Amino acid sequence: MGSVNDRSRDIGKFSEQPDDDRIICRCEEVTKGEIRKAVHDGMFTMTEIRRYLRCGMGLCQGQTCAGLVKGIVAGELGISPSELGPATSRAPMRPVPMKTLGNEKGGGY
Amino acid sequence: MKRYDLIVVGAGPSGLSAAIEAAKRGMSVAVFDENAKPGGQLFKQIHKFFGSKEHKAKVRGFRIGEELLKEASETGVEVHLGATVTGLYMKKEVVVRMRDGMQHWKGDAVIVATGASEKMVPFDGWTLPGVMGAGAAQTLMNLHGVKPGNRVLMLGSGNVGLVVSFQLLQAGCEVVAVVDAAPRVGGYGVHAAKLARCGVPFYLSHTILRVEGSDRVAGVTIGRVNRRFQPVPGTEKRFDADTVCVAVGLSPMSQLFKMAGCQMRDDPKKGGEVPVCDQYGRTSVPGVFAVGDVSGIEEASSAMIEGRIAGVCAANTLGFCTEEEKTAALAAMEKDLDSLRQGMFAPQNRGKDFRTTEEGVKISESLLKKGYLTDTEVGTFPGVVRRSGVHPVVECTQNIPCNPCQDVCPKNCIRVGEKITSLPEVDPAAGCVGCGMCVASCPGQAIFLVDEQFEEGFAAVTIPYEFFPLPKAGTKGTALGRNGKPVCEAEVVKVTNTAAFDHTNLLTMKVPRGEAMKARFFTC
Amino acid sequence: MARIENHPILGKFRKGRKVRFYLDGNAMEGFEGEPIAAALKAAGVIVHRYTQKRHEPRGIFCAIGRCTDCVMVVDGVPNVRTCMTPLAEGMNVQTQYGVLAKKAEGWTGR
Repeated sequence: MGSVNDRSRDIGKFSEQPDDDRIICRCEEVTKGEIRKAVHDGMFTMTEIRRYLRCGMGLCQGQTCAGLVKGIVAGELGISPSELGPATSRAPMRPVPMKTLGNEKGGGY
Repeated sequence: MKRYDLIVVGAGPSGLSAAIEAAKRGMSVAVFDENAKPGGQLFKQIHKFFGSKEHKAKVRGFRIGEELLKEASETGVEVHLGATVTGLYMKKEVVVRMRDGMQHWKGDAVIVATGASEKMVPFDGWTLPGVMGAGAAQTLMNLHGVKPGNRVLMLGSGNVGLVVSFQLLQAGCEVVAVVDAAPRVGGYGVHAAKLARCGVPFYLSHTILRVEGSDRVAGVTIGRVNRRFQPVPGTEKRFDADTVCVAVGLSPMSQLFKMAGCQMRDDPKKGGEVPVCDQYGRTSVPGVFAVGDVSGIEEASSAMIEGRIAGVCAANTLGFCTEEEKTAALAAMEKDLDSLRQGMFAPQNRGKDFRTTEEGVKISESLLKKGYLTDTEVGTFPGVVRRSGVHPVVECTQNIPCNPCQDVCPKNCIRVGEKITSLPEVDPAAGCVGCGMCVASCPGQAIFLVDEQFEEGFAAVTIPYEFFPLPKAGTKGTALGRNGKPVCEAEVVKVTNTAAFDHTNLLTMKVPRGEAMKARFFTC
Repeated sequence: MARIENHPILGKFRKGRKVRFYLDGNAMEGFEGEPIAAALKAAGVIVHRYTQKRHEPRGIFCAIGRCTDCVMVVDGVPNVRTCMTPLAEGMNVQTQYGVLAKKAEGWTGR
């Protein structure tokens, strides 16, 4: 984690790749190029990437793309994906309509 | 807020097993599952499971599911369906969406058994309708009776890719190719061999370059990759497919643990992010357990034992069973689990490249690259003997934990021994009666009966056959070799099926004597 | 025919009664209680929606409610996971464009 948080680290310049236009986050339609660029814009952690691009914040909550995004970000930073911490998990884990979410029963102690 | 001794998240094989063991010991147990039906992915597993008697080997997955549901209802486990757990909080508070409201429940122990989701690899066209997870295809055809497509290309040669490919054939689809970027077949060789003899081609060291189509899959182009997994120009091959199935592994759905504050670890051998836990499934948060795929990808048989172990431990922690009872219960379970985690495909051996079996027999390169044993290699394995009269030929060539062949033979012709990963040996002196129980029981469909003295100049070969339409006695056709290529003309002399065979038909065909060790499938 | 009539292991599939439902206003047939997605697949329909940004087609991807790619507008409610939602008599299923049941103004492409 230490290396990830060192913002002065030189990760080189962004260079285009032929598959940059490929969708990675299917829900929010975020491409590989956008993710790679975001790293060069200074988004080094999964949480930052999510907030910056919304990838993993769509209906499926990153179920499909989390691992892929992690791999791309780690690749851009030149580290192993396991060095990159996970994004925060938050409720609700599955899509819930606001109407249902507001209809809360039995909370508190 | 409703309070239970144990709350289990997920009514799949591991979750139900955990709930059963806890309920048996007097705990009040509530199980939540978001689906309309319990059983997790077990009900789409229509193949016979591997393992030993203790692991319900040779029983089809969905039947194991039925048994599990029966046991759960008998032990008083309360299963809530259509109940989606949306969060797991401090003090083991569980928030569940049930119908139109959010409910708060509390468990003195919480066992999370949320399973896994399918991993994906992106390629050009991977968002097109018609590209789907292999599990999605399995759900459509085995649960809902709808074909996922007509001409399917499978990406991934692990057990999921191989098993689902075979099930696609059983559903009446064509499998145009099994493609994998790895240089070797990832799953059991016996699963690959079942496909290869039906004529399914394998493309190892290949990947999908692009899927074409404007609003649905209209074709797939694959290409060879080099050792660094980069495409090699000029090696493109196009398939006229309407469906692409992706089976490149599973990843644990472990978000609830992160939320509950459990210590996590990214472990590629376990499939991704998993909670750190001990051998009983206890995470770093007291009273929160992880079982099944969510604690590390394995298969349903081990998931069920993991669940039972955690259920017993939860009961012990909360005072529902004594330390002695726990130790006694766990001894057998741990032994069963340990025996499943042996052999070449054991979790600890993932990624290892075996060249020989434990017995020192050279592993077939052809099997690993093309999905079939060559005619010369097959004779080097201890299950393959030639003698007069009817006898089993066991083409089981890797150390996998499985031994029904030994158990079902009434004449003790086949021996695996104590260690269930050993290659089966055929005793040339034992008196085979040709009952075919071994053929029907082998989950890998790797056993054949051969009688080289069937008739003057002709041999009889009995093969397992799980397809429709079922050929009848007298049908003339072609015998195919292990590679799916025609070997000779053949005539069906007998097709048998008994309740004990459980839908595995035994098809006996007559072939010229010289082809007895080559003919392994029948088509007409 | 996309339905499996007789399966070598599973035999005939037990289904609910035959019901009529509507896809974008057209009458269709399926079996009560099966997922909407299965009924659509059996009828040869594979595009469930077009995406918000790129207006690209999507269909069944995971079939177990994880990926949310198969969502459609069902009885006026958008983002309904059709692989998880049982079919009922008279259901009004609509192709979803972005989050709507019709193309928004200025919608390009398909």
